[in-house]
Amino acid sequence: MVWRALLARLGISLVTLWVVSVLIFIGTNLLPGDVAQIILGQMATPENTAVLREKLGLDKHPVEQYLVWLSNVAMGDLGISKAGLGAGLGTPIVEMLGPRIDNTAMLTVLVGVIAIPISVALGLLAAMHPGTRLDRTITFSTLNIISIPDFLIATILVLVFAVSLGWLPSIVYLRGDESGWVLMKTIAMPLMTLVILCSSQIIRMTRATVLNVMSSPYVEMAILKGVPRRRIILRHALFNAIGPIVNVIALNLAWLVGGVVVVEQIFSYPGLAKLMIEAVQMRDMPLVQACAMIFCAVYVVLIFIADMATILSNPRLRHPK
Amino acid sequence: MSEQTNSTDQSLSFDELPDAPPKRKIKLSWPGKIGIAIVLFWSVIVVIGPTISPYHEADILDEELFIVPGSDEIYPETEFQPPSKIVYLGSDYIGRDLLSRILYGARTTIGISVLATLLAYLIGVTAGIAASVGSRYLDMGLSRVNDALLSIPSIMFALVLIAALNSPGIFWLILITGFIYAASVFRIARSLGQEVMVSDFVEAAKVRGEGLWWIITREILPNIAMPLATDFGLRFVWVILFISSLSFLGLGVQPPMSDWGSMVKENLPGLVLGSYAPLMPAFAIASLTISVNMIVDDLSAATGGKLAKRMIS
Repeated sequence: MVWRALLARLGISLVTLWVVSVLIFIGTNLLPGDVAQIILGQMATPENTAVLREKLGLDKHPVEQYLVWLSNVAMGDLGISKAGLGAGLGTPIVEMLGPRIDNTAMLTVLVGVIAIPISVALGLLAAMHPGTRLDRTITFSTLNIISIPDFLIATILVLVFAVSLGWLPSIVYLRGDESGWVLMKTIAMPLMTLVILCSSQIIRMTRATVLNVMSSPYVEMAILKGVPRRRIILRHALFNAIGPIVNVIALNLAWLVGGVVVVEQIFSYPGLAKLMIEAVQMRDMPLVQACAMIFCAVYVVLIFIADMATILSNPRLRHPK
Repeated sequence: MSEQTNSTDQSLSFDELPDAPPKRKIKLSWPGKIGIAIVLFWSVIVVIGPTISPYHEADILDEELFIVPGSDEIYPETEFQPPSKIVYLGSDYIGRDLLSRILYGARTTIGISVLATLLAYLIGVTAGIAASVGSRYLDMGLSRVNDALLSIPSIMFALVLIAALNSPGIFWLILITGFIYAASVFRIARSLGQEVMVSDFVEAAKVRGEGLWWIITREILPNIAMPLATDFGLRFVWVILFISSLSFLGLGVQPPMSDWGSMVKENLPGLVLGSYAPLMPAFAIASLTISVNMIVDDLSAATGGKLAKRMIS
């Protein structure tokens, strides 16, 4: 039965991904006017516009264009970037994406490794002593952090660590061959910003989840029959909270997408999000499509993991209605 | 006149009933009170900001203003000047008055955010109520479309649309933001509406023979108004942060209009020169968003926190 529920979720995720691909395709083809003409700009003549239209497959029916694009994407061919198209063939997007994906993945994994243990611990701590000064400090400061813009945190960090103290560079310059200490120092600023952003979300939601479990009837029952506090938390509360906490973590890593876009831009970190912003500014539609698809795919996968954690941790959800 | 006395009499007698419900009281904490004061302050600035500002938002200040009497400087620098009597909060990266730009920017940033949130509510609540009172197929259709929209990170969605529309104006910015945030409003409006629809008093109204429109306006809307009002505050905060982030990325409000998000971005290089110019507008955004969140926190504490829980998911 568990498998059926999981397969149903997987099906929903695949359908969602497909709908997202349609929406992105429609979104990127919204633009009024002729893409070929826009690309060529002032150099456009009827002849070379027609040639470019054919090369880009724009002379075909939109549905056919979509199917061609989708099958190419499915086979790993993300198309050709507009960059350098005027001069010759243009750069294959896959080649542009490679190093950017590595950089973004490195940053995200590091953020996860640092933020998750700290914030789950702090969230648990706050939930175990609700109403105390510690709890109120944690709740108040995390609420403030999630209310302020991402770039304010980044700006303050730059002011403190780069301008006043002069310890860290305010702009990330990755050559690609750094390792160990040098690498950590180079990416410390974006890393800190993202850890702060991500932790405050996870702390808040971990606290809410555990408090929710602690106020449930079976924990009350355990308290009434005299089970020691440690045992209540380890045997009763923790197992019931793990599912929701994994859910919270997955949702927050997905939520980090927005934060990554701003943070990569501020520190000019050569990641995927910055590539996408550049693509948007240059109206490089194939590249925008490719980046958006990757981000949305990661998002859908993380949401799927979150759902799976919920289903696996709660037997009542294993039977789809 | 007679009607007036009649209604007061009625309310008095209602209060005197032994099983009258306790009056709803919202106790504001200190952060909540400060929050209300700050929100009121910015609301006033939205109205009178451009009137009281010392310069125009696009004015590049004259070098003569900055000449210190008695000094032999003829062409003083005007960029990233520290706060002084000429520029109360300092000047920005091309020598414009920061205070004036913040005062003008309040109208742009808050205005766009309020309009976008209202639009999101108009679309979201209309569709949400339609889904909760309409047929099963309407509900299913709307919900599936909504799920798909929610599964795209909002900033990605906006980036794709902005790329497609080629740096559109403020009108499109409001439209895009309103549309994107309508999805989450739809979800909460639908779930609140469904809860009311299955209640006994709606059942009674149906049996009494009231029409659908009567039920929507007299039963559903009054019952979901309070939770939605609280949610409006939270949504407004998200929208401000969202629009500021877009402006910060250079894809929102375009110069020479001043907007708090783009002001942070354009003055960022000044940070290394020891100027606080990028921090001022960022603090302006933070003061507003933190205040709204503090008020919402108090309101949801007053409703037992049930609301806060629903809004997290």
